[in-house]
Amino acid sequence: MRINRSLSVLWLVPAVAAAAALALFTGAVRAAGPEIIWGLRLPRILAAAVVGAGLGFSGAVFQGLLKNPLSDPYILGTSAGAMAGAVLCSALGIGRSAPAFYLTVFAGAFSATFFTYSLAKIKKYASTAHLVLSGVAVSTFLTALIMLFVTLYREHSLSLVYFLLGGFFPADSALLAVSGVIVAVSVAGGALLWRYLDIFSLGEEKAAYLGTDPDRMRLVFFALASLSTAAAVALAGTVGFVGLIVPHVLRLICGPSHRRLLVSSALGGALFLILADTVARAAAAPVEIPVGVITALFGAPFFIWLLRVKGEG
Amino acid sequence: MSMSLIKAEGLKFSYNGVPAVAGAGFELQEKDLLAVVGPNGSGKSTLLRLVSGFLEPLEGSVELLGRDVRSYSKTELARLVAFVPSELYLPYDFSVFEIALMGRSPLVSWWRDYSDVDASRVFEILKDMGILELRDRSINSLSSGERQLALIAQALAQDPRVLLLDEPTSHLDINYKMLIFELLTRLAGAGMGVIVVSHDLALMSAYAGKAVILKKGGQLFYGPAKEGLSGANIAAAYGISDPASVARLLSIY
Repeated sequence: MRINRSLSVLWLVPAVAAAAALALFTGAVRAAGPEIIWGLRLPRILAAAVVGAGLGFSGAVFQGLLKNPLSDPYILGTSAGAMAGAVLCSALGIGRSAPAFYLTVFAGAFSATFFTYSLAKIKKYASTAHLVLSGVAVSTFLTALIMLFVTLYREHSLSLVYFLLGGFFPADSALLAVSGVIVAVSVAGGALLWRYLDIFSLGEEKAAYLGTDPDRMRLVFFALASLSTAAAVALAGTVGFVGLIVPHVLRLICGPSHRRLLVSSALGGALFLILADTVARAAAAPVEIPVGVITALFGAPFFIWLLRVKGEG
Repeated sequence: MSMSLIKAEGLKFSYNGVPAVAGAGFELQEKDLLAVVGPNGSGKSTLLRLVSGFLEPLEGSVELLGRDVRSYSKTELARLVAFVPSELYLPYDFSVFEIALMGRSPLVSWWRDYSDVDASRVFEILKDMGILELRDRSINSLSSGERQLALIAQALAQDPRVLLLDEPTSHLDINYKMLIFELLTRLAGAGMGVIVVSHDLALMSAYAGKAVILKKGGQLFYGPAKEGLSGANIAAAYGISDPASVARLLSIY
């Protein structure tokens, strides 16, 4: 008896490449010259791929870790932390494309998530219920602070709204590379340890009986997902729905086992976001729609469809 | 002379100050099928979790193959002891094969993937249990009985020497109850030590070799099942006033 080890998800790789090619040559500027295609669009497409991969991956991890199909990468305070970082930068006058902005948002996202984790560690372990509750607490508190700032300093609010919705700005290639490496390493880590996330679905007690240390595994996956989300958010703001939808779709195609789900969610996220960003760029040119609007527009019909599909199942 | 697998002595445990197990002890050897019975609240499930090493006793000890069960690493322990819970909530639709394959995890190094050897072993187990044709079905689409068999297959995939089952048949139809107890008898016969916590008194008295009877506040009996699972002992444990009626009820089967 042989295990079906074929990474049949690898069809996604040419799909991503095709989407990237499409995106390179789509756009408002007709007969765009090489400086636009390679200088502006290519980095942007790469950023979309990295962010999409990071969010798709971490969405899949959180859905497995929290055993909740409605989890997204931001559920544990990450988006609130990122926003808080953005607000701080706004207050200090740090521009969107500055490395300091990237670092602050990254730090905000990552530390908010880890703060949620430590808060939830009552009696030495952080159960799923505790994690979600503490995530709500941290998000609510940070959001309140953010709202306070925005009401006091109204001139900053529009740029923060754009950050919240998510979008791609001319990305510094160094920062793009940093995010790319972080996401790649996280996905590789997930691809190595996938079977522990499967075992996690059995519950903490049963996972322990199968020789897994649920606390250690929770921490490792938590770290991988948080790093990957922070890297995505620092680059593009809090783009919604990618981390929620993509793992669901891929779960329907590849099955729930994380053997395929983690890598395919990363690839699927890249594909989705490249396409969404192309629409965001080109649909209402010369106006740039924030990519988060496009993903959200896809989000609602998707959920209706999901409801109907699952309802018949 | 069968080898001793588990020795439990003088076990005491409380949940937040409320005593759950007070002074339980027994010995499990190879080829034993040991029944743990008692009313709700007598500490049966707690006792099983003390024996599995999941909980640490306040007093007393559990020895697995001569060593304190808590001294084993999680991986070592998982290669010796397998635990089957009564119900498992699975949010995602894993296939029966995938569920059973998870049982091989303690035998596979963390950086490796399951091998074809693992797959073959799982295939063999599913075949022996008669559920091979269910292997690609989603675990959530099965009947309760089939689901329980899949969970038992997962435990057997660990190639354990001790099998612990917490209420494996309470919610099942009689055909599955019998199937599972026949399976447990076969496994014990082949050398495994099996401990079953169950409410199915009639089945336990039909199949079990040894019995531990618990009541609220302590252990009433440990010894051969034929002797232990009597009308008098059951009546005393469950607080039934007429031991004769219990004996009659148990011998219906």
